[in-house]
Amino acid sequence: MGWNRKVLRVNLTAGTCTEEPLNMQWAQDYLGSRGLATKYLVSEIDPKVDPLSADNKMIMATGPLTGTMASTGGRYTVVTKGPLTGAIACSNSGGFFGAELKFAGWDMIIFEGKSPKPVYLYVENDKAELRDAGHLWGKSCWDTEETIKHELQDPLVRVSSIGVAGENQVLFACIVNDLHRAAGRSGVGAVMGSKNLKAVALRGTQGVSGIKDFRAFMKATTEAKKVLADNAVTGQGLPKYGTQVLMNVINEMGALPTRNHRDVQFEDAGKISAEAMHEKRESDGKPQLVTNAACFGCTIACGRISEIDKGHFTVKNSPKYWGASGGLEYEAAWALGAANGVGDLEALQYANLICNEQGMDPISFGATVGAVMELYDMGVITRDMLGIDAPFGSAEALAKMVEMTALGEGFGKEIGQGSKRLCTKFGHPELSMSVKGQEFPAYDSRGIQGMGLTYATSNRGACHLRSYTVASEVLGIPVKTDPLTTDGKPELVKAFQDATAVFDSAGICVFTSFAWTLADVQPQLDAACEGDWSMDKLNEVGERVWNMERMFNNAAGFTAKDDNLPPRLTTEPAKTGPAKGLVNGLAKMLPEYYQVRGWTPDGEPTAETRSRLGL
Amino acid sequence: MWKSLHIDPAKCTGCLQCEMACSYEHTGVFNPSKSRIKVFNFETEGRKVPYTCTQCTEAWCLNACPVDAIRVDLTTGAKMVFDDTCVGCKVCTISCPFGTINYNQDTGKVQKCDLCEGNPACAEACPTGAITYVDADWTGLDKMRAWAAKANTPTTA
Repeated sequence: MGWNRKVLRVNLTAGTCTEEPLNMQWAQDYLGSRGLATKYLVSEIDPKVDPLSADNKMIMATGPLTGTMASTGGRYTVVTKGPLTGAIACSNSGGFFGAELKFAGWDMIIFEGKSPKPVYLYVENDKAELRDAGHLWGKSCWDTEETIKHELQDPLVRVSSIGVAGENQVLFACIVNDLHRAAGRSGVGAVMGSKNLKAVALRGTQGVSGIKDFRAFMKATTEAKKVLADNAVTGQGLPKYGTQVLMNVINEMGALPTRNHRDVQFEDAGKISAEAMHEKRESDGKPQLVTNAACFGCTIACGRISEIDKGHFTVKNSPKYWGASGGLEYEAAWALGAANGVGDLEALQYANLICNEQGMDPISFGATVGAVMELYDMGVITRDMLGIDAPFGSAEALAKMVEMTALGEGFGKEIGQGSKRLCTKFGHPELSMSVKGQEFPAYDSRGIQGMGLTYATSNRGACHLRSYTVASEVLGIPVKTDPLTTDGKPELVKAFQDATAVFDSAGICVFTSFAWTLADVQPQLDAACEGDWSMDKLNEVGERVWNMERMFNNAAGFTAKDDNLPPRLTTEPAKTGPAKGLVNGLAKMLPEYYQVRGWTPDGEPTAETRSRLGL
Repeated sequence: MWKSLHIDPAKCTGCLQCEMACSYEHTGVFNPSKSRIKVFNFETEGRKVPYTCTQCTEAWCLNACPVDAIRVDLTTGAKMVFDDTCVGCKVCTISCPFGTINYNQDTGKVQKCDLCEGNPACAEACPTGAITYVDADWTGLDKMRAWAAKANTPTTA
């Protein structure tokens, strides 16, 4: 119950699709989606495997609440060993693809091996087959989806695909579903490209019937939806402004990383904020934002649908970008804007569209551009190499670089390696604003101290979605903590990490946690899933998932030394704002965190911790 | 008093809670592919439009049915398909100008909105009020009110 109990195993080398039963003991121990797929992955691959080799595997997985009436129950997770980091990669996406996988009767798809030629997987309920994708190779995610729908003569099919960036194995390529939702981070799209797998097309008409107690489930989900509706963030802020509601807030806190983290406040933050997206443009009298939009089953609807200014230099000769499409979320607006000092909202939307069209993570792409601009500023990277001047703040350079990187042209090949490899190649590894090779998202850890520990210890490299202590340190959810001190942060980070692992594994969106605690999720899971799903059990599952990911990374070669921040954040004080004069206090937090976690000083779970969690 | 489903596309976010609620009400399973209300996403216009049967008074489907399997529920005004009579000939699906009555391969019958005996699950599940169930004579009330609010009525001292 809760699960379909069915796994689709696709061997790309042999070209076979086989059905196998879901391991129900693992489902009890790891719940679903992120947790359960990671259990499968770590049980089946060598941690030291080359992420882009045929020996790596890639899993697309739903959770027990995916495809149900639970609010936001439409998520799926892509789990693999990530090429950007060499660590566990686990990227989560909304849209409608995840629910469709469940409706087709499956819990997850395990891809293994490598196809000798480009293929796509077509699943229609119980039937699964690999089809030739020679004619799709070289196409964007948008054209791929359209072509597949046309050739199957089925407008209701749901498609997840890679664009040219994934084919070229850009190390931060993502997997795009439903045109502008993405399993975004850690380069999961490059893994898909390395396997010659262009797309997955799904059609499911069986629905989700495996709910333990429908009556209790409807009651629990209805009550939980009310909690979301009544909450100021999920009921008002996110629907109206989207995640972009944060731009001005974080800037005022002095925690908006600007120009590759040289600064912590951006003078043009207002021009790229949620409020700016609502304002009518001078050029055509229309606001950039058209409407908000929901993913499957979501009663929050934070998604942005925007229309770019048709007269803007980036698109004036390209009508294909003139229609409404996925708009700027906070992370993308920051990475494409503040991180590079670019304050041109239309240029950011253009870069965002290209990232969606060709399948790239806008966070890692934008942050890598920030590093390029700093190296340009230092004279290390020149106009000759780039083909364009690239000072901080240049919208033209941003637009050119997004095209070059997406299509693998010229210097775009270097950018496509991510900031760590690029900065190392040009002799300045310290200028890569990353952890374990993955670029920071939009919060400067000098102004929000807990985020420093969050980034340093995140199992998939720098990431805000592993323990979003911003909720506590900035918004006061569930309790307000002081963003400028390190006190209590190790406990806070651990609590967020473990709880988030449960949200992700359930198949729901982590944004619900602005309003929900695990106590709101628990009755929904308990009504859906067989077995006893108490709060104690959920807390244990979260901690177990976190430690399992950590043990995989340790076995892959990561040590305490990799739980680190670039020197800029621990030695160069913030220049302005409330955090002026502060650096991040990671050195103080980290040993305490290991202790709270039950890990050795070298950052490995102790035998006692492993045994307590059954690992 | 009969009521009508009233749809305001401008309020729709495309979450499909209505499709899940409809399918659950009628089949006991969360299955949008069996929903009698469908949300259309006009991607490049940024518009989402829920669409279902409007319960025509002179219903084409009812008049076209050769075996009288479609009849009026006098309590709600819904045009109801009686599965024990329906032979699955699909003539109604051809006659309906709006495409809102459809064949169901699993049952071998046609299906359409039946207003859930006067308590439509879709309207109940809609989180934004895009689907409401209102007095059948006054589906235009909100629009009238909005225009009335714009009327020029200078206040007098």
